[in-house]
Amino acid sequence: MYKFLYKLASPKKFYELAGQSLPWCVGLAILLIGYGLLGALVFSPADYQQGEAYRIIYIHVPSAFLSMFIYLVMAFCALLSLIWRIKLADVILTVSASIGAWFTFLALVTGSIWGKPMWGTWWIWDARLTSELILGFLYLGVIALKSAIPSREQKDKASAILVLVGSINIPIIHYSVYWWNTLHQGATISRFSKPAIAPSMLYPLLAMIAGFLVYYLIVMLIKARTEVLYRERRSTWVKELFT
Amino acid sequence: MKILHDFLTMGGYAAYVWPAYAVTLLILMGNIISAWRNNRRILKKLKQQLLLEKTP
Repeated sequence: MYKFLYKLASPKKFYELAGQSLPWCVGLAILLIGYGLLGALVFSPADYQQGEAYRIIYIHVPSAFLSMFIYLVMAFCALLSLIWRIKLADVILTVSASIGAWFTFLALVTGSIWGKPMWGTWWIWDARLTSELILGFLYLGVIALKSAIPSREQKDKASAILVLVGSINIPIIHYSVYWWNTLHQGATISRFSKPAIAPSMLYPLLAMIAGFLVYYLIVMLIKARTEVLYRERRSTWVKELFT
Repeated sequence: MKILHDFLTMGGYAAYVWPAYAVTLLILMGNIISAWRNNRRILKKLKQQLLLEKTP
């Protein structure tokens, strides 16, 4: 296992494996999102309180989940980078930042569109919405930091530290609906209790979350392959690739 | 026809549900396409650089 992981961390091996797994990921994402969308828009019944508007949940929850999940991936990569100096971790951290920023944007926009008919407002400065907005600024901060520092080593180190410091925000987002009074509804799915949602709505939602996860993997792998290639452009294996 | 009508009007929430899905689709597709095009661009650039290095 360690041997495999060690090998995977080598840029060349990663480049090859990522390339091989991409078509499978694309197929899996199409299956999951296809099933999820059918369930989300056609087969699942309307909500008894929110009518058909609740269907936004099938894109809002996966987006919000991914916006936090990608940050956790980046925090993990920051640790790997700072402690063990694994080059690949820096690559994954770098390319994930913009994907995470887009998912944060999607979570905020779809939530806003959902909030208008349900709460009567597009935006409110409550705990959940504000902490998610801060998450968006953290992503933008990482992206800005990356483009502001010219030296690769320094920019990788600085952004890893920023990501780790900012990770305090993740539990705040997660528990904000319990710690503060908020308009935002509580968790729909929780590991520790029965989900507050009927199976006909739950399975499409889970499929959409899984589909978005695989989608992230796809974009991350494409971007990481590009970045690895560019960073390693002086090495022999890249040169051999083109001959 | 009623099913299709219900699907499109979303019980009166069409103005909220459909834009939310549209913006999601747009951004997700845009991300993939831009990542893919950037990959092609870098590949081409590296190839050209290598060719330049080879020819003295």
